[in-house]
Order: sequence, then C-alpha cells, then structure tokens
Amino acid sequence: MASHDAHAHGHHEDHHHHEEHFISKYIFSQDHKMIGKQFLLTAVFMGLVAMMLSILFRIQLGWPGESSDILSFFLGEKWAPNGVLKEDMYLGLVTIHGTIMVFFLLTGGLSGTFSNILIPLQLGARDMASGFLNMLSYWFFALSSIIMLVSLFVESGPAMAGWTVYPPLSALPQAVSGSGLGMTLWLVSMAIFIASSLIGSLNYIVTIINLRTKGMTMTRMPLTIWAFFVTAILGVLSFPVLLSAALLLIMDRTMGTSFYLSDIIVGGEMLTNHGGSPILYQHLFWFLGHPEVYIVLLPALGLSSEIIATNSRKPIFGYKAMIGSILAIGFLSFIVWGHHMFVTGMNPFLGSVFVFTTLLIAIPSAVKVFNYLTTLWKGSLVLTPAMLFAIGLVSTFITGGVTGIILADSALDIMLHDTYFVVAHFHIVMGMSAVFGMFAGVYHWFPKMFGRMLNTRLGYAHFWVTLIGAYGVFFPMHFVGLAGAPRRYYDYSSYSEFDNNSFELMVDLNEIITTFAIIAAVGQVLFLFNFFYSIFRGPKAPQNPWNSTTLEWTTPVEHIHGNWPGELPTVHRWPYDYSKPGASQDFIPQTTPLEDGEEEH
Amino acid sequence: MENKLIILLVIVLGAIAIAQLVRIYEISAKLRKNEEHEISHRDNNLNARMMFGFMLAFFAFFIYLMSAYGWTGRGSAASHEGEEMDWLLNLNFVIIIAIFFFTNFLLFYFTWRYVKKPGVPAFYYPHNNKLEMLWTVVPAIVLAVIIILGLQTWSHLTGPTTPEAEKIELFSKQFDWTARYAGADNTLGLYDYKLTLDNNELALLTSNTIDSALANMFGGATGIRSLQKLLNNRDTVFSDSTLSVLKADLSRKERLYRFLTQMKQNHNPKLDASAWDDIIQKDTLYLCKGQEYEIALRAKDVIHSAYLPHFRAQMNTVPGMATRMKFTPNKTTAEMRLEKNDEKFNYILMCNKICGGAHYKMKMIVVVLDKPAYTKWMDGKKKATFKDQYFPAAAAAPAAPADTTAVAAAVTMN
Repeated sequence: MASHDAHAHGHHEDHHHHEEHFISKYIFSQDHKMIGKQFLLTAVFMGLVAMMLSILFRIQLGWPGESSDILSFFLGEKWAPNGVLKEDMYLGLVTIHGTIMVFFLLTGGLSGTFSNILIPLQLGARDMASGFLNMLSYWFFALSSIIMLVSLFVESGPAMAGWTVYPPLSALPQAVSGSGLGMTLWLVSMAIFIASSLIGSLNYIVTIINLRTKGMTMTRMPLTIWAFFVTAILGVLSFPVLLSAALLLIMDRTMGTSFYLSDIIVGGEMLTNHGGSPILYQHLFWFLGHPEVYIVLLPALGLSSEIIATNSRKPIFGYKAMIGSILAIGFLSFIVWGHHMFVTGMNPFLGSVFVFTTLLIAIPSAVKVFNYLTTLWKGSLVLTPAMLFAIGLVSTFITGGVTGIILADSALDIMLHDTYFVVAHFHIVMGMSAVFGMFAGVYHWFPKMFGRMLNTRLGYAHFWVTLIGAYGVFFPMHFVGLAGAPRRYYDYSSYSEFDNNSFELMVDLNEIITTFAIIAAVGQVLFLFNFFYSIFRGPKAPQNPWNSTTLEWTTPVEHIHGNWPGELPTVHRWPYDYSKPGASQDFIPQTTPLEDGEEEH
Repeated sequence: MENKLIILLVIVLGAIAIAQLVRIYEISAKLRKNEEHEISHRDNNLNARMMFGFMLAFFAFFIYLMSAYGWTGRGSAASHEGEEMDWLLNLNFVIIIAIFFFTNFLLFYFTWRYVKKPGVPAFYYPHNNKLEMLWTVVPAIVLAVIIILGLQTWSHLTGPTTPEAEKIELFSKQFDWTARYAGADNTLGLYDYKLTLDNNELALLTSNTIDSALANMFGGATGIRSLQKLLNNRDTVFSDSTLSVLKADLSRKERLYRFLTQMKQNHNPKLDASAWDDIIQKDTLYLCKGQEYEIALRAKDVIHSAYLPHFRAQMNTVPGMATRMKFTPNKTTAEMRLEKNDEKFNYILMCNKICGGAHYKMKMIVVVLDKPAYTKWMDGKKKATFKDQYFPAAAAAPAAPADTTAVAAAVTMN
C-alpha cells in the first residue's frame, strides 16, 4: 500500500501567501478543514431545530391539552389553534425531529465534520483525495437540509409517518395529510442526502487507503481513523439500499406501482394495488437502518477513544482489540436488521436467527467498555470538558446498551416493541452517546478547527446541565415503557378510562421528563454562546493544547492549504505512547523516531 | 397582549443572560490568564468529586424510580404466555441491572480515584491478552444463557396452537378495532377486501356478498353506471383535471368489477357456511379465562399493531398480509380489578403502530369472563351471526344471482 502522499508535489510554502477569494475560501471551499466546519455549523443549526421540535411536542406530552403560548407562537393558529397542538402536527414534529437528529445531526454532523477535519490531519495528508467531490458532498448535504426544513412549512404539513416512514401510511395522502407534499419533500431531501453521504464516504475510504503519510501503517492509525474508515464502509454498503427503498416508495406514490401496497381501502377509496408487501419496505429500510445506528455511534466511540487515552495520559488499552471490535461491530451490524421486525409478521424462525446475531454484538461492545475502563484505571486523569463528555459517553453506552439485550430478545420484545422502553433505549445508547461524542470532539478539537480555545468553565457548566438533563429525560422513559405506553401517542389521558395506576404513572413521569427536557435544552445556550463567542474572542490556541501524540497537533495553528508547510511528517510509532516508561515527557509524538532498543509497543 | 409581554420579557431576560455569560467568560478567562488548556488541580478534583457524586445520585434516582414505578404500571401478567415472559424479563433485568451498577460504578469510581495528582504518573499498560480473553468469554457465556432461554420462550410463544384453541379475528382500520368470532364451527369465513360494503364491513366472502359487491360496483351511487352517465352527458363540461380524475375512477372501478366477476365465477358456495355463522363484535372484546386463543389479524388501510399490554401480546396487522398471535388469558377482569384494587380497571387492546392523527385513540376494551359467564354471553351472540344481522334472507343454498351477464357486457364495451 502506497502510504506516501502523491499530492506533495507542487505544494510549497508559498502556496498560502496569495489571497483567496471569499467565495472560494468560505463558501465553495475545497479545503477539508473548511468543509468540516461547514458540516459542523450546518449540523449544529439542524440539531437546534430538531431540539426545538422535541420541546414543542414534549410540552404537549407533559401537559396534554393545555394551552401554551410557546406552541401558538411557533406553530400559529393552523397547527396549534388556541395554543393546543394538532394531532397531525404532533406526528409531523415527531417525524422531522427523528429524521433530522438521526441523519442531519448525527450522520452529517458527526461523521461529516470529524471525518473531514481529522482524516487528512491525523494521517498526514495535504487534503482529501478529491477536494471537489468533498465540496459537492457538503453542498448536497446543505441542499437536503434546506429541503427538509422547507417541508416543515408546506400547507399540508411535513411527513407524518414517523422517521421510518413505513408505507402504506407514507404512501397514501388519504391516510394522513403529511403523506402529501410533505412526504414528497422528505423523499427528495433524503435522496439528495444519501448522494451526499455516498460521495463523502467514498472520499474518506480512498483517502484513508491511499493518502497515509510515510510510516503511517494501518496499525499506526489512531482509533478515530479506524472508526471513520469502518463508518464510511458501512455507509457505502447500506445507504444505496435506503435509496432503493425510497425510489420504490416514490414509484408507489406517483406511478401506480404496487411494491409496498396490497388490498387497501383508504378514505373510502378501494385501491386496485395487489401483491405488494409493506414488509419489503421494512427489510430494505432496516438494512440501512441498523448499520445507521453504528454509522452514528462508531465515530463517537472513535473520538472518545482518542480523548480518553489523551486525557488519561495512558495508551488506550487493547488497541488491536479495539480495532477488532470496531470491525466486528461493523460486520455484525449488517446481519441484525430483523430485530426491528420481530412483531411485523416476519417468519418467527427468521426472528430467532436475528436474536442470535443481535446478541452477538453485545460481545465486541462489552470489550470496548472494559477497554475504556481499563484505560482509566491507574491513569492520571485530566478532566477537560472533552474528557468529561467522553466519560459520559461510556456511561450512556453502558446504560443504553444493556437494555438492548432485552429488546434483542424476541420473546421480550413482543411486549416492549414500540413502547417508550425502546424510545429510552435508543435515545440513550445512540442519541446521548453520539451527541456526547460530538460534544467531546468539539471541545477537544475546537483549537484545531478555529485556532482558539473554548472557555473551560462554561464547558463544565454545559457538561453538567447536559448530563443531568439528558439522563433526567431518558431514564424515566424506561418506566413509562415498562408500564406499556406506546410511542408516538399524542396523549395518554385515555388511560384514565381503563387503568388508573398506569395513568397516574404516565402523568407524573411525563411531567418530569418534559421539565428535564426544557432544562437540558436551555442548557445548550451555554454551549452555543461559548462556541460562537470563542470563534471570535477566545484566547489563541497553543500548538498542542492537550499534549497529544497525533499528527494534527504538528500542523500550524493558523490554517494553511496543504496542512503542513514544507514536507509531510513521517510517522515512527503508534499514536498512544503516553507515559511510556523511560521517556522524558508523558507523551511521545508519532513523529519522534524510536530510540535505540525501544520497542514500539 | 399578554403573549407579547411574555415574549418581550423572555427576550430581555435572554439578553441579560448572554451579557452575564460574557462577563463570566471574560472574568474566568482573566483569572486563568488565558490558559484554557491547563486544567487546574482544583477544577480536576472538583469535577472528579462531582462525577462520583453524580453516580450516587444516579443510582439513587434509579432505585427510587424502580421502587415507585417499577411494577405499578403493568401489574402482573394476565395470560399464561405473559407469565413465562415476565419470568424471563425479570431474569434478564437481574443480569442487566447487575452489569449496569457494576460497570457504571467502575467508570465513575476510576474517574474519581485516578484523577491527576501531582507527582503520580500514569501506569503504562497497553494490553493484556488474558484480560481481553476474560471479557470476551464471560459476556459470551452470559449471552449464550440469555439466547438459549430467550429462543425457548420465543418458540413457545410463536408455535402452533392446540386444536382446542378458539379462533378470533381482529380487524383494524383507521381508527378502530372490530373482532370476529369464528362461530359454531370455529372456522373463520374467508374474506376479500373488494367485497367491502356498508353491510359487509369485514369483506366476508359468500355468494351473496359477491353479488351485492358486483351490484354496488355497477349500479351504486358512485358506481360504474353513474360514472358513465356523468361522462357521457353532453350537457356538462368538465375541467381537464376533473375529467382525468373521473376517468381514472371509472377505469379503477372497471378493473375491480372484472376481478369481482372472476371471483364470482370461481367461488365455491360451500364455503359460505363458514362465514355465515361468524359473529361480528365491536366496542368490547370478550374472552374466556383459561381458553387458548388463536388470533388472526387483518388491516384495511395502513399498518396497525394489535397490542394487549396486560396479556403481553403484540403483533402488527398488515394490509395484504395475514398475521397471527396467540395467548391464553388466566385472570378474569374481576380478578384483576381485585388485584389492582381498581374498580374501574379494564384490559385493553391498543394500536401500537403509528397509523395517522387519531392513532392514540384507537383502542378496544377487553373483558375476560369466567367460563359460565362467557358461555352465556356467547349463546346470546350466536343468535346474531353475520347472516342474521345482514343477510337474513340468504338461503343455505346460494340465492338467485342478479342479472350480472348483462352488466358485464356493458362494462366490456367501454
């Protein structure tokens, strides 16, 4: 494998002297660092929108049927007459919240931002393999974000079939108003998003395989890069399947085909579609949908591996086992999708195969957790805000992961499927973990991205509000789910008609949850302020603020095209030489040659 | 007015908050002499202690929630299958709660214990194959137990029912449930969605229902004949869009008509009897304690899910596809009311797959009776079968068909 950078020719120091045009520097930039920042800012904005949407529907759930000025302010008379949310719009909010969070914040924002910024910097490359495709990837992402936002404002409302958009509900405008223009825009937006993701992923893969600097063998790559690598492969293999699912749905909606439709009477109209199967859609959707969980989670785990090792001042424990578990998780994620479908009418035998494969994933996940714990053991922990978020991630990964064992057990899933127990599970293991990973990444690499430091105190405050707020939201949801509350219900008041115990539990817990949700949401102001204020007013970043070993900290603080002035660095050792006995410092950069008689690790 | 005042107040308070943040930011930056990357021992220790404190609070929160809400919501299982599942669930919970406490404890304890102390270096410890082996093999063994027990239960839950099982169909549509009991022969009559009519909402398949569907498709208020009349009327002019809608409607109905005609030709009248004695039941589903039920599920429009939390039973209903589930109630409603100490308690059948705006209202009360009460109820119901209710005149032998040949000829001419 050629690990030498072929780009090196023609890039010399004089390169960054000439003034770049505003448009080519900030808008249609082909520089990976700028594109990474574009992804981050877009994703932060989308995340804020999605968080606001969740607050709107949480108000309805916490205080059902009560008039709220916030609802009427944001949704107006049409969707919240007299400040009470409309049933249809409730489903619309839930759907778009899920879609934006999963795809636009956690896929685009996490993998898009950090793959772009870190892959060339940590590998010692001048830029991505194709700067133009990279730019295209961002602009497709931006376009799909805009279309998704526009769909919130169409007259018949946004898509309302849940973020999984199961047909027939999503195929029939007669069934719910959001399945009209709103659903069309959803599909168009997702098709463009998939294109963006594919272009980006191919670029990441090619860069990692071809553009590693001299000495950067695959087993000297930081775990971040391993995580991005496997993530990109998962994306390339699974997103096309979602695209085909979406295309077949578009055809069912517009061309009268019957891929997913059969024997339907809706709105008094008897359709002639026959022979299609809604289950087909679910298979196609979850063939992406499950790897998607790991597309979201692996980058977060990769970032936290790096942050935990750096701030424990210890090598990550079991580097090879960590790579092995990333690969195992990546492989297994393709053969577990059926655990979303135990009660859909899928053959029970097939279900039992998926029980087996799904529970296998717990093994590499457990390995990762224990390796993190051992990395912390006897470390010399520096609790930066990034480190706190990374530790928080390990906690949520455990807490959310163990309930996965119950849901993967088909016999138990029967009673918990589609209840709030599931909502609690995936929000903790996927939502909280990935968001914590993202925050950890932002706090850790902000100096690299913007050349300035974030305020540490505000970072601490932000961490504590977020940790307490988010656990406060999602932990009680387990109990709502165990009580049998179905998800995507607009109102649980009807429980008072048949089961008063459950009714009181739901009233109590939903109020607690909504209160914590509002606290956690308001707490994000701390982050936003810190983030934007520090971009302009933060103190200048030193060369290597966290005393880290990896290559990105050898580049100049001021960004330049081509990353390194002069020659590319050469790598002589793995990235985790922290507190190595006999060394003068508690970290040895990857560029330092091995001393005579020194073993690599 | 009040709205605007509040919004104004929020904006003002927000501005004040941001101004305060700026001040904190600047002051703390000054105090730290712009060394944001140097974490002081004070900060380190404070956060380490807070992490440990958080862990204690988190565990306390969990224990509180568990004792206050852990068992209240669902109550005990109300079916044989549910009892088996609850046993398995409790076993799994014991395992995962142990893991939850153990690993979270280690995580926060290590964070507190190994926070940076001056002069204490970190311990260089890159790998240990024995340890790696340990935490690969131990989880694998625990999971093997979980998998084996889980699959055993799963095969009990999804296996075939005994011949004594009573057959019921649950029919779902936006936004309600209808139940159909199989009647005296314990065989559910066949159905075809194209037969749906006001007097045959469940689209049961009999000679008579085919005839009425054909007649309605052709001669009904919006049937083929009236559409043809409308389109052939030279005195009316339609806009292009209306015209294309009407034409599409007509061709759709003509297709359906052809299907119905084929159905009529292929229909075996001997099958009628199994549909005639079916009993259609709305509002409340009555079940018998100790009776095994084989439940067939059907959807009319979109996917729904039949969810009976107290019986721990759930299965999606899918348009165009038959699904099934089974369970055996083992507590009457009265017994459960006593146990829950709730006079008004009832079992419930809910929809648990997003199906439209009123999804959350789609439910049906379920009442479990003891054997004598159930038999008495059923005896009353047997006097109001599908046939009695909607086609009392239908003979045991198929009724004389309407003049459909002429109608069919009229359709083919189009």
